[in-house]
Amino acid sequence: MIQWLTEPFQYEFMQRALLGSAIIGFTNGFLGAFIVLKRLALLADALSHSLLPGLALAAIFFGLAPAGLFLGALIATIFVGVGGQLIARSSRLKEDTAIGALFVFAFAIGVILLGYSKVRVDLSHFLFGNVLGISNSDLWISYGIGLVTMVFLATQHRPLLLALFEPAVAATQGIRVGFLNIALMVLTVLAMISSLQAVGVVLSLGLLILPSTILYLFSDSYDAMTWGGGILGAVGSILGLLLSYWINIPSGPAIVLVLGILFLFAYLFSPKYGVIPSRFRRRHLHEESLRRWDSKTTPIAPGPGE
Amino acid sequence: MAHQLLIKDLTIAYNRIPVVHHVNLSLPCGSRVGLLGPNGAGKSTLLKALAGLIQPETGSIEFQGHKFRGSQRAIAYLPQREGVDWDFPITVRGLVEMGRFPELGSWGRFGKSDELKVNEALERMHLIEFADRQISALSGGQQQRAFLARAWAQQSQIYLLDEPFTGLDRNSQAHFSEAIHLLADNHKIVMVSHHELRNVPELFDYVILLNGELVAAGPTATVFTPENIEKTYSTGIFSHHSHS
Repeated sequence: MIQWLTEPFQYEFMQRALLGSAIIGFTNGFLGAFIVLKRLALLADALSHSLLPGLALAAIFFGLAPAGLFLGALIATIFVGVGGQLIARSSRLKEDTAIGALFVFAFAIGVILLGYSKVRVDLSHFLFGNVLGISNSDLWISYGIGLVTMVFLATQHRPLLLALFEPAVAATQGIRVGFLNIALMVLTVLAMISSLQAVGVVLSLGLLILPSTILYLFSDSYDAMTWGGGILGAVGSILGLLLSYWINIPSGPAIVLVLGILFLFAYLFSPKYGVIPSRFRRRHLHEESLRRWDSKTTPIAPGPGE
Repeated sequence: MAHQLLIKDLTIAYNRIPVVHHVNLSLPCGSRVGLLGPNGAGKSTLLKALAGLIQPETGSIEFQGHKFRGSQRAIAYLPQREGVDWDFPITVRGLVEMGRFPELGSWGRFGKSDELKVNEALERMHLIEFADRQISALSGGQQQRAFLARAWAQQSQIYLLDEPFTGLDRNSQAHFSEAIHLLADNHKIVMVSHHELRNVPELFDYVILLNGELVAAGPTATVFTPENIEKTYSTGIFSHHSHS
């Protein structure tokens, strides 16, 4: 039993994969809190799908060199993101539709282009990830992206909180809300690029938004969503990877499976916001009476000690 | 008098269409100002312009002899209820702590003195016992007071409140009115857009009657007269409401 548990840690490729998925999981989970609070989950999904043609073009021209793949993916998502904005402004289409139209288009081009790549590319690796094949340079890219993301989010903690909660009021206090929004989108693309190796294009949204979504169902703390999201992302990724080793399933889906199960659990059983506990609490009656009681006891005269 | 808010020739437009025309005003500190007028009179627009959310077309705004430049922490703007994401993961205390951010900037340490100011604000607004509640788990009046507490912690001098009494029950209205009196007693300017004429004299000691342009402004006792009200609301068919 003990041997079965420790076995995966003995192999070098597993150690590397565990380290990589922890870093990637943390970066994505941390950043995901902002995506969830800004309600940008679907935009992030669109961007993740538009990584594919960039990867395909890079594979055709530069082979599988990480720097090339990175650049290709970055350019493709910026193309779709900015293109969506342009279409939305110059026609009667709204932004979500414009980006939706562009990203499926880009995704289709990506799938077709991959067929022309000189090097043999396994489409499923791009789509669903292959963290066991993570290389040293992939690890370095993940470190770098993680570091940039953490430094930015940690130093911009207060302005971001204000901008997320009340963009208009934040603007009156001299916070550059537009700049922060763009920076968040750029970081999201970077985080998704780093998560490609772990969970791939199709599943990257899961690693991004599931950790903080789970915590959002448990807690009313912004810090719990951001830092907790990072930790949960890392732990979930490690657990998923181990699970994939133990029961021999693909690692990318295993990671998202673990987080997905936790999400369902939170939705159903979270003491505060879960569906089942609130059913038992008979929420309506309870809160209504609490509210009535409050309005009677809120001190009309100054409270004690004043 | 230097301690005042001075508005000169203010014209504000949405998409180049002027909504509020050539407003001149001078408001002394420590006043409870009721901003009155029919729907579409430009009350919210004027508040937003004062808050720096809309760039005025012409005119200037000065406070205590200094020109406003877009953003100022001396100003606290309370948006209408619908503008707030009540499910945001933040407690009352967290909300009030935000009031210290403008002074602290991105880096400043949140220290003992900040904590004291936050506690003071919570106490003033009778929110200490609700400090650890998420903001949606409050009554409407408590929610409004939580935003006032944040402004207090920010040490704002001018409070701009957009229809704060809408949807409050009588009890909450009384508490909130008490809070407004408290602010004015501490030399703040509290400017409140309001549509209920009945309780104007008890809430405000200064009124601004607005209908696209300024109809009248001054102490409630002299300006809040049936003639002025009639003039302000005469474009609408509901003018008789003022007598209800």
